[in-house]
Amino acid sequence: MSLAATNSSSSRSEGRLLSLALALAVLITLAPVARLFLEGITAGGSLNLGFFSEVVAKPATLSALRHSLVTAGLGTVISVLIGGTFAFLVALTDLRRKGALVFCLMIPMMIPPQITALSWTQVLGPSSVFLKTLGLAPPLGAPQPLYSSGGIIFLLGIQHTSIIFLTLRAGLRAIPQEVVEAARISGAKGFRIWGQIVLPLSLSSLLAGIAITFVTALGNFGIPAMLGIPAGYSTLPTLIYQRLASMGTTVLAEVAVLAMLIGLVATLGILLQRFFQRRQRVHLVGSTGRPLAIPLGKARLPVEIALWTVICAILVLPMLGLLATSLVPAYGVPLRLDTISLSGWHEVLFRQPVTQRAFVNSFALSISAATLLMALCLPLAWLMDRHKTPLGRAFDSLLDLPYALPGVVLAIAMILLLINLPFTEATLYGTIWIIFLAYLARFFAVMFRPVQSSLRQLDPSMDEAAQSVGASLSRRLRDIILPLSAPSAAAGAILVFLTAFNELTVSALLWSSGTETLGVVIFNLDDSGETVMASAVAMTIVFVVMFLMAVIQATSRRLPKGVVPWQS
Amino acid sequence: MAELTLTDIAKHFGDAAALKSVTTTMRDGEFLALLGPSGCGKSTLLRLLAGFEHPTKGSIRIGDREVANAASRLNVPPEDRNIGFVFQSYALWPHMNVRRNVGYPLEIRRLSKAEREARIDAALAATELEPYGDRMPSDLSGGQRQRVALARCLVSDPTAVLLDEPLANLDVALRASMQAVFSDFHRRTMATMVYVTHDQAEAMAMADRIAVMNNGVIVQLDTPEALYARPRSRFVAEFIGEGAVVPLTGAIQSDTGAEATLLGTRLKVETDTAQPALACLRPENLTIAETGDIRARVERVTYLGGRYRLNLTAASGEALVTQSATRLTPGDQIGLALSAPWAFAAA
Repeated sequence: MSLAATNSSSSRSEGRLLSLALALAVLITLAPVARLFLEGITAGGSLNLGFFSEVVAKPATLSALRHSLVTAGLGTVISVLIGGTFAFLVALTDLRRKGALVFCLMIPMMIPPQITALSWTQVLGPSSVFLKTLGLAPPLGAPQPLYSSGGIIFLLGIQHTSIIFLTLRAGLRAIPQEVVEAARISGAKGFRIWGQIVLPLSLSSLLAGIAITFVTALGNFGIPAMLGIPAGYSTLPTLIYQRLASMGTTVLAEVAVLAMLIGLVATLGILLQRFFQRRQRVHLVGSTGRPLAIPLGKARLPVEIALWTVICAILVLPMLGLLATSLVPAYGVPLRLDTISLSGWHEVLFRQPVTQRAFVNSFALSISAATLLMALCLPLAWLMDRHKTPLGRAFDSLLDLPYALPGVVLAIAMILLLINLPFTEATLYGTIWIIFLAYLARFFAVMFRPVQSSLRQLDPSMDEAAQSVGASLSRRLRDIILPLSAPSAAAGAILVFLTAFNELTVSALLWSSGTETLGVVIFNLDDSGETVMASAVAMTIVFVVMFLMAVIQATSRRLPKGVVPWQS
Repeated sequence: MAELTLTDIAKHFGDAAALKSVTTTMRDGEFLALLGPSGCGKSTLLRLLAGFEHPTKGSIRIGDREVANAASRLNVPPEDRNIGFVFQSYALWPHMNVRRNVGYPLEIRRLSKAEREARIDAALAATELEPYGDRMPSDLSGGQRQRVALARCLVSDPTAVLLDEPLANLDVALRASMQAVFSDFHRRTMATMVYVTHDQAEAMAMADRIAVMNNGVIVQLDTPEALYARPRSRFVAEFIGEGAVVPLTGAIQSDTGAEATLLGTRLKVETDTAQPALACLRPENLTIAETGDIRARVERVTYLGGRYRLNLTAASGEALVTQSATRLTPGDQIGLALSAPWAFAAA
């Protein structure tokens, strides 16, 4: 009996810990999504699909939906053209300095969309400091060309280039080199190899990349907000924002339907992406040890120049524009040696209470989200890998939802869930806690996936060896699992910090006076005409982003495969 | 040190049965090898003993302590079984140096620092690793890593040591010297050792007894000599050692021994069953002699160093194997003298 009492203590305590961590994780990530779904079909108490169709049938809804589909669709086309070209050239040919090329191409992904939009408006248009300095500015009163559907499409395309690039490159790397070498031995050359061997084999990952790019573009808020609102051009996310900003929570039921609508379109895209990703896994066997390097011959130098020119155009140029604007004393003044001024920087960093508060808020939110998610994800990922339960498997397939779904959808879901805390009169709406909980939900996958992939590569006998010498669950977690997965967990935490630090979409709908984040501040400064200050804040963020990316890049050699997103 | 007893053990993974009804006893202090082709269930059996897997049916005892019982859902976790486990991949913790790897079991058992150091030193000495204490696992060779794994498992005086193909990742020369390390270790500690391998030479060289496994059951558990000389099934006869299994008919037992007809000739056979149906012809049962009992044709000649292996076809059609000191040519017709082969019931 005494034996029976002690038996399986480890296995049972692991089971208990798993249930506990899993319950917490489900609550954090899936409860908001479930709450939104419930709201959409019941609309305030009873099953009511009539309200749903009523909102959907409104002309404003239909036009925003059409705008969303058009901008996301055409934006994806641009992403495919740029990202696809880069992916094929980098993965297949003997280009030099591939690492630097990839790193630079990844920066647009890590720079928040509202900063992308801000920086491009500083490069083009009549009041561009950059153009004025060069003496190329169009006359005053000429329209800002980016305040249009074309501008939104163009910037969405640039913003999401790296998503296509990453998925396609991962698929291309899975193609065994023998397959291509066999084609060359058989006499195939150049475009024939590409069209008949490489493209068919990488089509699934290309399609998966297109699907997820479309979903991301559909949910993008920063770009259509900065470019579309001045032009009176609404997409679904900006429509939700405008309704909520002007009418408050009285229109909650209506925006919930809008959020459902965009959520449905996004879910279709996510399902499509999963379908293609699964198809990619089959059939490819053989060694993928050496990367492919088909010689470009005489074309190599011109191709390299072309690629770096594109990088300059989409990365360096807008950053120069942003920097120029942040350095003038007043918006509209050309930048010259005698006009250069740090007053904008001084103002936002040391004078304005709003921007200082936003720095504190964003730092606190991102650091605590990263820390808490690390503490939760590490044991959870490990236990889920060891004990394959049906609930764990189901959660594994759903945990990406809060990150993959558009940010406005999650924000509305959080409001619905937290505006009235169950069994109390209290509300979290308007406090910093609602933003914090939304960040936990949204960035859970950003932390979980790197940790999971590194733990999966961990030899299970590492843990079994500790078990066989008598180490208990907590000892093994502390002495074996934690140290061995620490680098990946740290990389994951930095990624969470990076994304949360830059985040606008979620906090744009959840902030109130006192809980502004950096994303909100940039948006509001630009909205109220303080473009110089907005540029200074944006430049600060860009520096922080590039610094943290460089830290991850520098340590990436020591990290297991699949941890650093731009080195998959 | 203790005896390991398995009673009617079965293990299913989903619908697939990895083990079906295994009942056996590993004696106190013996070196037992689990030998079989891949997928036969030998590693599953070892992991059940360690506690990494739970049996679907049956019970396991270590000494007089029951550690697993499917009926009463008893499963003592691995960390409470006090067994040692040596992994094929060594499973050294890459973030700890050699001394910390070896001493970790003692940290868990909360030994004093002085005693810990003394026992680590002893374990390192026993495995000839004294100079490497401060190295990291990544700075060691394969053989050194396996010795660290062995030191780690012996430092805490386990009741039994389980080894899962520990030499499979080493090259041939190193394997032989590591076999000696394991044998010496066993002689010195007299620990009960269970050793999983698919290499019969390895099992023969080290084990006191060998359990030959196939399709999830132990088909024969015997000393290496008995397995070779007296196999009890076609599978064991063909899996262990070289030779051919041929059918026999008309077996008659008498006071002077048994007789039967095989390869078209009447012969004396060795047997302990009343109704043998198959005979096992080892190379040493067949001697090349022009006046021999049967005729055979040479099919293939393989040089083994110092001697040749001959693959033959007997006049009656069966494939046979023997050895010769001189090279013959495929197609040669030779005569063979047969000495009494081992005969056993068909199973």
